[in-house]
Amino acid sequence: MSTNSTMRTPLKNVRRLGSAKEGADHFWKQRVTGVANLVLAVFLIWLLVTLVGADHAKVKSTLASPLVSLPLLLLIGSAMVHMRLGMQTIIEDYVHGEGTKIVCLMLNTFFAIIVGAASVFAVMRLTLGA
Amino acid sequence: MAVAKSTRGNVKVDRPLSPHLQIYSPLINMVMSILHRMTGAALYFGSLLLAWWLIAAATGPSYFNYVNGLLGSLPGRIVLLGFTWALVHHALGGIRHFIWDTGRGYDLKTIDAMSWGSIILSVLLTALIWAAALWLK
Ligand code: HEM
Repeated sequence: MSTNSTMRTPLKNVRRLGSAKEGADHFWKQRVTGVANLVLAVFLIWLLVTLVGADHAKVKSTLASPLVSLPLLLLIGSAMVHMRLGMQTIIEDYVHGEGTKIVCLMLNTFFAIIVGAASVFAVMRLTLGA
Repeated sequence: MAVAKSTRGNVKVDRPLSPHLQIYSPLINMVMSILHRMTGAALYFGSLLLAWWLIAAATGPSYFNYVNGLLGSLPGRIVLLGFTWALVHHALGGIRHFIWDTGRGYDLKTIDAMSWGSIILSVLLTALIWAAALWLK
């Protein structure tokens, strides 16, 4: 590893190679899922408010309806993509060690997929009956 | 001048450091930015709560009643109240970001107004949601 006191960074190595064409991808997905979350969060709050104090039979029959389970599945999908992207930004801002960062980013992905899969599985089981 | 010992690839660079967080006095826009991040992170882990509740419902009446009892206890309610506020506050923060994305709302007056507006609205909406829930129950 060499040390220098100039302002020069390895940026010079990638100059004139062009962009990776992915710069806006993260930003854009965060916005699209953010808009979807906005609509679906209103739905979720409405759903939970109407289910406060409900017994298991009522909750089960409510979630059995496709009109409830479908938006719920969409919310789970959108929120998992959104929160994974969001946490990725947070990790990249605060975790600087290259190894730790890669591990954190992996755990972030695993977390979103596991929570998402478990939630989807539960909704499917409720709505398809078991 | 403070100097950052940063590493870029295989090169160590001594570069001047710009003023950091403790240099600035806290302003409402900065507080809102931090709150948007904190509520986002809270919702991230809050997703476990929704997953848990759905799994409980899918498991059966006795486990569902057990989980519902925990969520309905005082500590459970405090967590859910925090979850509600975080969701509402983060949603309002998201709307602020969407407005900024159109290139509007960058003058300090508007930023201050939107910041205070979101704080007040987030508390009001949270109260409204809980009032509705308790009233419908
Ligand atoms: C309710 C509707 C929602 C809207 C409108 C919304 C909108 C946004 C937007 C626009 C950003 C990007 C902010 C930026 O670029 O600095 C963001 C960040 C984030 N969101 Fe959401 N979001 C919503 C719901 C959620 C939910 C349900 C979760 C978690 C399950 C979540 C987790 C996050 C996280 C972790 C970040 C990163 C925060 C940061 O970088 O500081 N959001 N949200």
